[in-house]
Amino acid sequence: MYVAVKGGEQAILNSHKLIAEERRGDTAVPELTLAQIKEQMQLAVDRVMTEGSLYDRDLAALAIKQAQGDLMEAIFLLRAYRTTLTRFGESEPIDTAEMAVRRRISAAYKDLPGGQVLGPSYDYTHRLLDFALAAEEGVGAPEAEAAEAGVEEHIPRVTDILNHEGLIEEELAFDDGEGGEAPVADLTREPMSFPAGRDLRLQNLARGDEGFLLALGYSTQRGYGRNHPFAGEIRLGEVAVEFVPEELGFAIELGEITVTECQMINQFAGSAERPPQFTRGYGLSFGHCERKTMAMALVDRALRARELDETVEYPAQDEEFVLYHSDNVEASGFVQHLKLPHYVDFQSELQLIRSLRKRHDEDHREAAE
Amino acid sequence: MSAAQQQEVPGEDGYNFAYLDEQTKRMIRRCLLKAVAVPGYQVPFGGREMPLPYGWGTGGMQVTASIIGKDDTLKVIDQGADDTTNAVNIRRFFARVAEVPTTEATEAATIVQTRHRVPEDPMAEDQILVYQVPQPEPLRYLEPRETECRKMHAYKEYGLMQVALYEDIARFGEIATSYSYPVMVNGRYLMSPTPIPKFDNPKMDGFPALQLFGAGREKRIYAIPPYTTVKSLDFDDHPFEIQQWEEDCALCGAEDTFLDEVILDDQGGKMYVCSDSHYCARRRAEGYEGTLSEAAAKAYAAAVGAGEGGED
Amino acid sequence: MALASSLTAPAGGIDAADLKPGLADPVHDAQHIFRGLLTALAHPGRAVTLPGGIEGPLPLDPATAAAALTLLDYDTPLWVDWIADTPPLRAYLKFHCGCPIVARSQDAAFGLVSDPENMPRLALFAQGLDQYPDRSATLLVQLPDLEDGHAVTLTGPGIRESAEIRPAGLPDWFWNDWRLNAAQFPLGVDIFFTCGRTVIGLPRSIQAEA
Repeated sequence: MYVAVKGGEQAILNSHKLIAEERRGDTAVPELTLAQIKEQMQLAVDRVMTEGSLYDRDLAALAIKQAQGDLMEAIFLLRAYRTTLTRFGESEPIDTAEMAVRRRISAAYKDLPGGQVLGPSYDYTHRLLDFALAAEEGVGAPEAEAAEAGVEEHIPRVTDILNHEGLIEEELAFDDGEGGEAPVADLTREPMSFPAGRDLRLQNLARGDEGFLLALGYSTQRGYGRNHPFAGEIRLGEVAVEFVPEELGFAIELGEITVTECQMINQFAGSAERPPQFTRGYGLSFGHCERKTMAMALVDRALRARELDETVEYPAQDEEFVLYHSDNVEASGFVQHLKLPHYVDFQSELQLIRSLRKRHDEDHREAAE
Repeated sequence: MSAAQQQEVPGEDGYNFAYLDEQTKRMIRRCLLKAVAVPGYQVPFGGREMPLPYGWGTGGMQVTASIIGKDDTLKVIDQGADDTTNAVNIRRFFARVAEVPTTEATEAATIVQTRHRVPEDPMAEDQILVYQVPQPEPLRYLEPRETECRKMHAYKEYGLMQVALYEDIARFGEIATSYSYPVMVNGRYLMSPTPIPKFDNPKMDGFPALQLFGAGREKRIYAIPPYTTVKSLDFDDHPFEIQQWEEDCALCGAEDTFLDEVILDDQGGKMYVCSDSHYCARRRAEGYEGTLSEAAAKAYAAAVGAGEGGED
Repeated sequence: MALASSLTAPAGGIDAADLKPGLADPVHDAQHIFRGLLTALAHPGRAVTLPGGIEGPLPLDPATAAAALTLLDYDTPLWVDWIADTPPLRAYLKFHCGCPIVARSQDAAFGLVSDPENMPRLALFAQGLDQYPDRSATLLVQLPDLEDGHAVTLTGPGIRESAEIRPAGLPDWFWNDWRLNAAQFPLGVDIFFTCGRTVIGLPRSIQAEA
C-alpha cells in the first residue's frame, strides 16, 4: 500500500538520532573536539565565519562539528545564531592600514615599502599529498624560525601610494547630502532594493558563496566583462575593532580580529573632464580567505559597470543576478525545498495534463475524420 | 543601552518569546500594517535567518512569530494536512518557543499557518490565516528582474500576464495554470495567492478572516483584509474554472473538497482522499463514510500512522 | 570587555523619577496592543479597546501611548505636534522607544497629533512612492471623542458592506483631504484615531462619505 509522505513527530525524532549516530561515527575513534577544529581546520573556520557573518572561532568550530563538516550547513547554523544576538551599535570602520601584517604581497610592484612578505601561504607548495601528515604519531610541533628582520610595523597600502600621484580613484564615504556621512546599508536589517549602493553590494559579496563568486570572477577574466585586474595588494593580519559607547563619547578597543583584504587595480576610466585614473575592486573577509577576497574584488569591480559608464552585458555585471543568487543559505534552502511535499500542486498538474491530453486527442480525432 | 534595547525576556532555553527579538517583531508588525493598508502589494521587510531553511516556511513563521501571543491557539498545515513532516516541524517550533496551545481543528485555531492550501472549513472574522510564500512576485517567471516588476505594479501595467495567459489558450485551448493562479486584489494589485491549487482561489474572495502572506527568502510581506475582492484572472470567452473530480473522497464521501490521489498498487489502482486531513477526520467522526471498505480504511489509517484528532 | 553597563545618560534634564513607565510586560503587552491595532486596521471603523494600564505623559491618552510604545523605535522618525512636544514627552519617547523626532512632517514615518484641529494637511506627510507605497506615514490622531461627531460612512477592504463612525474634533477640511488621500491610492497616509483606550483604524484604501 502506497503511503504518502506523512512522517509525524516520531519519524523526525528518529532521524535526529540517526544523524547523531552518523556524526559520531566509529565510537572507537576519539571524538572531535572544538579545539581541534579551531586549531587544525582554521581555513574552514574562517570561511564559516565570513559567510556566516559572525566573528567567533569557537562558535564556527561548533557549527562545523554539528554539521559534520558540511560548511554550508555550518554557515547556516552560524547565521541563525547571529539572528538571536542583540545588536548594541556599530563599530568604527577597521583601519587596515594599521594592520599587524603577517602576509602582504603585491603583483603590481616588484618591491615596495614594507616589502613582499610571503607569510603563511599555500601558493608555492607543490600539490603532492604529504603522507607524513597521515602518520599515527602526528607531526609533532613544527616551528618556523624567526626571520632576522621583523615585519615592519606600519606598512602603507599600495592604493594609498598610487593615490599620492592621483593615479587611482579615491574611495570616499557616501555623502548624506548635508555635509555628513550617509549611514551604511545593512541587508540583515533592511531588504535589498535596486539599484543597490556599493556598500550594500560589498556586504552581500562578503557574505556570498565563495564558489559562486569564484566562478563569476573567473568569467570576467575569460572575457565576460573583462576589467584588466592587477592584484594591487593582498594583506592578512590583525586589526583592532573599536567602538564609541554613547556614555563615554570616545573610542574603546573591543578586541582584535584577523582579516584578509584584497585591493584590485583595474581598467582605468576617465572622461572629458577627469583625467584617466585606475579603478578599484575590493574584497574583505574574516580570517584567511584569499581566494574569496580576490573573487570578491573582481566581482565588485564588475558590478561597478553601471556607475563607471560601462555597458552591462555579462552575468558578473548584472547586479540583480549576482546579488540575488550569491547567498548560499538562501540558495540551498530553496533548491532543497523541492524535497518538501508538493503533491497538491502535482495533483493539480496531473489533472491539467490529463485534460489537455484529452483535448489534444479529441482535436486529432476530429481532424482525422 | 536604553530600555528600548533591553526588552527581551529570555525563555528557558535562552530565546525570546516566539524566537524573534522585539525589534524584529516591531519591524515586521509595521510592515504588516502597511500591507493591510495596501491589499495585495508586496511590502519589503528585513527578513531574518530562522532555524529552518529558506524555502521551508521562514516567512510564514516570521509573520506568525510577530503576531502570536499567549492567548492564541495555533494550527499548522502543509498540503492541507496537519501531520506532514514540515507542518509537524513548524508546529513543534512554536510549541517550544512560544508555548502556545496547538490544535488540528480549524475552528479552534486563532491563527492557522498554511503551506499551499486554504482550509476547507470556512474561517471566521477573528481568525488569521498566514500563508507561506515561496515566490511572492506573480510576474517573476515572466520577468526575472525585480526593478521591472516593481514598475509594472506601480503603474498597474499587467499586460505581460494577460498575454502569457492568452498564449496558453492559443496553444492548449485553455489557461494552463493549475496552481499559483494569479489574482487581482481590490481591483488594483496583481498578486500571487501562493502555490495553492486554483481550486482554492474562490475561497479568498470576500474571505471573512484576515489573510497574511510571508516570503522569508524573498523578504516580502503582503496581506488581504477581510471581505476584500480577489478575482482570478480570466477572459470573457475563457472564464476561470476550478478543478473538479469525478470521484468523491474514498474515506468520508465529501464531494466538494480538493482530493489527493493516492496510488494503491503498481497496476494503476488509486483512490482519492480529502487533502484537508482535519476536515476529513471530522466528517468521519460525524458518521460520514466514503466508498472505501472499512477494512481498507483501517489499513490506510494504520499505514499513515493515524493521528486522528491527536496533537503533538 | 570594559563596556559601561549602565542605562541611558540622563534623559534631557528630566528627573528619572518623573519618567512615566513603559509597558509592564514589554513582550506580551506589545503583542496584545499590536493585535488590537492590526484588528483596527483590518476592520476599519471598528472601535477596538486596547489593553489598559498604560499611562503616558500628558496629553497622551492610553491608546496613543500604547500605540507609540508598540510601534516606534530608532528606525521610525516621528513628528509630534506642538501641544504634545514637551520635555517629558521627549524624555519618555527617548527612553522607551529611542525614536528620532523630526521637525518636518514630511520626514516622518509616524505623526503624533494631539491637537487635531490644528494638524497639518494630510498631504504634508510622506505619501509613499509609486514603487514603494509602503513608505508613507502612519498618523496617530488623538481625538476628544469617537462617538459624538457627525456620522461618516466608510466602505472598502475590511468592511463587509459599510461602517459608520462619528469622530469628533477633526478640522473642517479633513474629510475632503481624506477624499484626495483615497483618490491617490495606493499612495497616501494611514490613520489610527485614538481616544481613551479606544482605537479606530482608517487605512488609505477606505472611501469615506461625510
